[in-house]
Amino acid sequence: MSLIAVTVIGPDRPGIIAEATGGLAALGLNLEDSTMTLLRGHFAMMLICSGDRAPAEVEQALASLTADGLQVSAREVPPDDGVGESGRVPYVLTVHGGDRPGIVSALTRVVADAGGNITDLATRLTDELYVLIAEVDLPAAADEDDVAARLRSVARDLGVDVMLRPQETDIL
Amino acid sequence: MSVRDWVESDLGVPGTVLPVVRAPAAVLSQPAPYVDPQAPETVRLAADLVATMRVSPGCVGLAACQVGVAAHVFAVDVTGHPKARTVHGTFVLCNARVEEATRKEKGREGCMSVPDLTGDVKRATRLVVSGQLPGSGDHVTVETDAFEARALQHEIDHCDGYLFLDRVSGAHAVYPRQTYL
Repeated sequence: MSLIAVTVIGPDRPGIIAEATGGLAALGLNLEDSTMTLLRGHFAMMLICSGDRAPAEVEQALASLTADGLQVSAREVPPDDGVGESGRVPYVLTVHGGDRPGIVSALTRVVADAGGNITDLATRLTDELYVLIAEVDLPAAADEDDVAARLRSVARDLGVDVMLRPQETDIL
Repeated sequence: MSVRDWVESDLGVPGTVLPVVRAPAAVLSQPAPYVDPQAPETVRLAADLVATMRVSPGCVGLAACQVGVAAHVFAVDVTGHPKARTVHGTFVLCNARVEEATRKEKGREGCMSVPDLTGDVKRATRLVVSGQLPGSGDHVTVETDAFEARALQHEIDHCDGYLFLDRVSGAHAVYPRQTYL
């Protein structure tokens, strides 16, 4: 049993997901985690599937999508060792402001330098407003106030607003 | 005096509809200074906020920074909104602050200053807010719930320099606003 990472990206139209997942199902592959969305009108799919197939077989099974102008890639990936780093505290990082190059790189650099790991990140550009929302795991030993102060300092130089706050989780 | 008894004609001046400022305008990102609720410019601003709110479809609240004025003033009116329970009608508060906030629930918010996006934000559904009425300067307390509580927290956030984007619950909690013909 191997794990295969599949990406499909290209011009959006109805039916891409049905065709792509239909091709994977026909090979007996099982979908595990996936994300499928639109990025400025382009359809984008990333998923991990498991089964006894070679990546080349997957790309062959999705050839109709490739012929339709979508970029398809399948690569084998190692299994998750299941050992996440413990003792991390989840935060939500929000950034918004005027669009300019370098916002994401400058602010994620602050997170990385603090030993933080970004587990999810999405950005949106609407007119002149750029919005970044990231879910960040900080090491338990990290000083939240210090990280937030450094983020604010970088954000000030970029002319954007930044907010770092603990992620609220309600476990029922 | 209760905010429920307040009516915009108490202001005694007609309001002017003002253009609404959009993010990333700097005025939306700064804490607004407190105001003298009896000052003529505050009274005019209150009338302008109500007038602008009234002509904006679906608008249930408008803060001064959204019309480009750095002042701790906002108007609210959730009358007729399906998610509202307690409703105090139209009112304007100066120098408002949250006194008590409990029972948070997630809800989808939009904003005239961020017209292309909406987001999921947790807000208290039981809320006590204090502030002053424009004109008289009377100190009032508003105890409310549900959608009016959400609107008040959204507007007080504006006065403190925050947008709903600063409070969204996660990376996938911001959505392109659906537009219907």
